[in-house]
This record gives sequence, structure tokens and C-alpha cells, in this order.
Amino acid sequence: MNEFLHQLLAGLATGGIYASVALALVMIYQATHHINFAQGEMAMFSTFIAWSLIQAGFPYWGAFAITVVLSFVLAAVIEFAVIRPMHNAPVLSVVVVFIGLLVIFHSLAGFLFGYTIKPFPSPFPADAWYGGSLMSAHEVGAIVVALGMVSLLFVFLRFTPLGLAMRAAAQNAASSRLVGINVGRMLMLGWGLAGAIGAVAGMMVAPVVFLDPNMMTGVLLYAFAGALIGGIDNPIGAVLGGFIVGVLENLLGTYVVGTELKLSVALVLIIVVLIVKPSGLLGKTIVTRV
Amino acid sequence: MPNVAHALSARTPKAPSIPTSRGRWPWVVLLVLLLAALTGVLKGYQLFQGTMVLCYAIALLGLNMLTGYNGQISLGHGAFFALGAYAAAIAMEHGGLPYWLAVPAAGVACLVVGYLFGRPALKLEGLYLALATFALAVAMPQLLKYKHLEAWTGGVGGIVLMKPDAPFGLPLSQDQWLFLYALAVTVVMFVIGHNLLSSGSGRAMRAIRDHAMAAEAMGVDNPHYKSMTFGISAAFTGVGGALSAIAVQFVSPDSFTLFLSISLLVGVVVGGLGTLWGAVFGALFIMFVPSFAESISKAAPWAVYGVVLIAIMFAMPGGVVGLLRSTAARWQRRRAAP
Repeated sequence: MNEFLHQLLAGLATGGIYASVALALVMIYQATHHINFAQGEMAMFSTFIAWSLIQAGFPYWGAFAITVVLSFVLAAVIEFAVIRPMHNAPVLSVVVVFIGLLVIFHSLAGFLFGYTIKPFPSPFPADAWYGGSLMSAHEVGAIVVALGMVSLLFVFLRFTPLGLAMRAAAQNAASSRLVGINVGRMLMLGWGLAGAIGAVAGMMVAPVVFLDPNMMTGVLLYAFAGALIGGIDNPIGAVLGGFIVGVLENLLGTYVVGTELKLSVALVLIIVVLIVKPSGLLGKTIVTRV
Repeated sequence: MPNVAHALSARTPKAPSIPTSRGRWPWVVLLVLLLAALTGVLKGYQLFQGTMVLCYAIALLGLNMLTGYNGQISLGHGAFFALGAYAAAIAMEHGGLPYWLAVPAAGVACLVVGYLFGRPALKLEGLYLALATFALAVAMPQLLKYKHLEAWTGGVGGIVLMKPDAPFGLPLSQDQWLFLYALAVTVVMFVIGHNLLSSGSGRAMRAIRDHAMAAEAMGVDNPHYKSMTFGISAAFTGVGGALSAIAVQFVSPDSFTLFLSISLLVGVVVGGLGTLWGAVFGALFIMFVPSFAESISKAAPWAVYGVVLIAIMFAMPGGVVGLLRSTAARWQRRRAAP
């Protein structure tokens, strides 16, 4: 029983990380109806920026804050320069552009920061009061950060005028323009938020799996699975889905299929969810009239 | 009466002529003969590169069939490339099949697997299918390394193959014979593909791509055509993979990562979606542009590759073939204008 509990909690810990990346994915999907295949690499790149700031002598939280702001700006610039000109292009061209971004970020990170595995500090000290035998302090911290981010985002989108404008721009760009909302600026804001969330997720992952350019590829797949399970247009669903995927991956990996097939578990999960309930647990089922 | 008919024909605008390939056959035959003659001129490594271009061309034809002609986005065709390669390797290593049987056998195996994957994928549209196939591509290397399948797949170490010798004692080196064999297979696959795509089935596939609802209303059996296209596309890519396994003489799980699937998609889009020649141009792109990018920047070749990719998407959304066609059309218009 203790073993099961341990695996369950470890699953929740990794689930927290998947939940954060899934949140970034949902952010972009909600703003632009595109799935950002480059999200993992952008988060990894931001984490490298944080690492170099820390190496240069900045304190952790200073580097954290600067990285979040830089990632926000970088993502907004990418939306403006690369994604906006393609908004009328067919889906496949947009997917190829995302893939191009993925490849560019991956390679730039390797070029600028090297391919060696680097340790990344955790802001949660190992002997903190909230750590214990079942979960390390960092794991608890990562979950709390994920939950904190989704609450902030929920409050922002639901209760502030800017959040309302963002949701409006995503749902109906033409009507929003008629009401006076600057849709372009809303798109940049959405991307910027996703970039910032991704950066935080990357900085939560890096202490666990160590920092190298390949850090996020596996995480991205689980994050996709989480976002789909929870509903790709619902931030709370994304976080819930991330936790579910983390727990399922760990439990199935330990008791059913063995750790080597964990990625296949994610594959099967994605396919099953897409076939059985494509809108996810909390997403809206879209019905179109023909 | 003739006056009325003449007046009518003068008023109705002439329908744009659909480019037929009937007039191009002699040029294609000439090209194939030229390539065959090149075996005497090129050196071993260049022949190997040529063989790989042909393998990729077949694989890209498969992916183009699915994505360009049928509108189903697949980010996971690297998985079928891997399946074809492994099927051929296992057939040759454990089944003792000769290489010229292993390649078709790999194609058939991939046809079945592709159909089985395509059937549940019927419910997935656009981005969701892209996501599911993305997951397939990421999960494939891990599946290939799975220890319970190690007896067949050779685990992390993979399987080593031998290049075949030229038959009937022909005075050709192994590389030359393999290039000619790959050329023959490519010609056969392209002829099959061309006939399929210009037939009624091809029109049904394109109808589904353009407007699935209307196609169904006109009597096209959507589930059947979509899953069959998936299967056939997987078969083509599997044949390409099988050939590449023989050319490289080696299959291992880490040769078939996500980047292979990405390269295949890139090749199809850069070459030109929905065209046969796009597969050839795309194959040339994926074979030679990475080394070209490396010559520009030794440290970050993939970054240059990504920039080239995005630039091509901005400048030629129809791919190389689209650019050629629009240039030809502009030239024709200029010639026709008084």
C-alpha cells in the first residue's frame, strides 16, 4: 500500500510539470486555435536563459523573474513576426512553420549553451518543512506552482476586462474588432502568457531531469496527452489532465507495462481520448451545423 | 444553325486546360535512362546518396498521397518508414527471404498496419490527427527498443544487413546494382501511384480532401477510402524504408526518431503537396539541404534548416512544384498576351 501511495504521489509530482506545460499549450490554443508544437523547445530555451543568468551571478528569484519577462516578450515577438503572417495559410503550412520553430529553438539552445547535461538549482530547499518521505520539497513546490499558475490564469481570464477581451478575440475575431478590441494585441498577449508559463514549467522540470536540449521532448508528449484529456480549450481541464496523465503514466509504468513503454502509454492515451471523447473531460463539445 | 453554334462557343470562355501527363512520358523515360546511365559515372558514396534520395522519394510519395491528395495530416510517417525497414530486416535476417522479396513483403506489412491505424483515426480531423501521429512518431523508438521484442528487433543494437550482389554475374558493384534496383522500384511505385491517383479512386481521395461532406453526398465511401489511403500510404513509405534499410545495411531504433517524421513532412510540403514530382524535389531537399545548412553554420545546422523551412513557407506555400507551375503559367500568359 505504501508503495502504491509512493507511486501515486510521484505521479502527481510529474503530473504537476505536465500540467504546467499543458497550460501553456491550452493558452495558445485558446488564443489562436493552433497547437504549438514548439512549446517544449521554447520552454527549454527559456530555462537555458535562466541557467545562464544564474551562472552570471544573479540570485535565483531574480533570474526567474527576468526569464519570465524575457520569455513573455520573445513569445509575443514570435507571434507577431512569424505566426501572424500565416494566419490565412492552410493548416499544414502553419504546422510546418511550428516545426521550423521547434527545430530552430532546439538547435540554437544546443549551439549557444552546449549539449552537456547541466544541473539546475531548485528554489525549494531540500529540507523545507513541506517536504517529507513520500514527496520531496521540490515536488510539492512544483505542484503548488502549477496550481498557483492556473488559479491566477483563471482569475485573470474570468474576472478582469483584459481577460475578457482575450477570450472574445479568440472566440470571434471579427466581432471583437467591431467592438474595439485590438485582436492582434490579444494574440500577442496570449502567446506571451504561454511563453511565460512555459518558462516557469521548464524551470520546474529542470531540477528533476537535468538541463539539456532534449529535456522537453518527452514532457511535451505527456503535456499534449494531458491537454487533450482535460479539454484543449479549458485551462483547468489542462491542469487536471496533466495530473491524470502523470499518475496514469507512473501507475501503468510500474504495475502494468514496465518503464520502457511509458511513451507508448502516452500514445495510447492520446488515441483513446481522441476517439472516445475528443473534447476531453472539461472541454466544450463543438457542434457544427452543416 | 452553324452561326448560332459559333456564337455560343465564342461567348462561353474556354475551360482551363488540366495539365495532363500524357505528353510528358517520353521525357520521364529519358530521365530514367539518364539516371540508369549515371551508375557508370558516379562513385560509391554518391550512388549511396542517390539510392537514399530514391528511398525518400518513394516514402514522400506515400506521405503525399495521404496528406496532399487526401488531406489527412500525418506527423508520424517516420514510424511507417521504421516499420518497413524493420519488416524487411526481420524478413531477411530471421525469415531468410531474399532482398527482392523482403521489400514487397515490408510493403504489405505496412499496408496492414497502416490500415489498422487509419481505421480508428477516421474520427480525427486536422490538428487532432497531427497530434495522434506525432505521438506515434515519438513513441516508435521506445517501442522498437522494447525488451520483449528484442529477439526479433535486436533491441538497442538493431539488426545488421548485407548489401546484395548483382545477380546473373553482371559486372556491377554492389552500390551500382542497389541504385539500379532502387531506380526500378521507384519507377514501379511511381507508375502505381500515378495510375491510382488519376483513377476514380484518386478522384474520390481528392474529393474527400476538398470537401468530405460533399464527397459523401456524392456517394464516395469516406471511411473506406480514408483508411485505404492510410494503408496504401503506409505501404509506400514502408517500401521506401525497406530499401533504405538495405542501402544503409543497418536498422536501429535511434535512426527513426521524431526528426525523421518531421523531415518527411517537410519534404512533402517543400516539394509540393498534391503533386507527384513534389516527392522527388522533397527527397532532394531532405537529402542535401541539411548538409548545405551544415556548410553555412557548423555549430547550429538545424537552426539554419528551420529558418530555410520558414522562409520557404512564406515564399512558396505551394512548394517547389507550385512555384514551377506558377512560373510556367505566368510565362504562358505572357506568351499568349497580344
